[in-house]
Amino acid sequence: MIKERKKNLYNLAIWTWSWVATLAIATFGSKYIWDDHRVLTALAVSVNFVHGILMIIANRKMFNNFDELERKIHLESLALTLGLAVVVGLSYSLLEVTNLIANDAEISNLVIFIGLTYLILVTINTRRYR
Amino acid sequence: MKNKLKVLRAEHNYTQEDLADIIGVSRQTINAIEKEKFDPSLPTAFRISKLFKLPIETIFSFEEN
Repeated sequence: MIKERKKNLYNLAIWTWSWVATLAIATFGSKYIWDDHRVLTALAVSVNFVHGILMIIANRKMFNNFDELERKIHLESLALTLGLAVVVGLSYSLLEVTNLIANDAEISNLVIFIGLTYLILVTINTRRYR
Repeated sequence: MKNKLKVLRAEHNYTQEDLADIIGVSRQTINAIEKEKFDPSLPTAFRISKLFKLPIETIFSFEEN
């Protein structure tokens, strides 16, 4: 079980880093490397998309290898994260639409919020069952 | 749900890690079951029952909260 878990975690880490790397290439490449070449940009975005899908598959594989308590911990954390992401995301968007905040509502802020919320909730839920 | 897992584990000289490996769950899960913070699934309860050669109802007892 531990060996399988290490392998799944290693796979997820590899696909996550490659997704982040291809995202950085797709984001900054068109500006600094290939000077807004449309075909190369479309190719970079496609490669990033495929890496994203492979990262999701690796995550699913790791999730399916969890035992019952770990699944419960992660499911509770995911449910709360999803709820908070929808509520906070829409409130954030509404603040921008109604001009209550000066800057644009960036999707990256929501992604950071989701990541941090999930991390905090998994930590809290793991401690609950210690 | 109440259980006698900690007593049975001690009687058989298993560590939490040993039991977790045999049952196929994490050590944290065994710890949470022993502390009655988490109720095991039916397959896990059956595996524990089979390991200690005792009926499930001898190891686990249901108590309404």
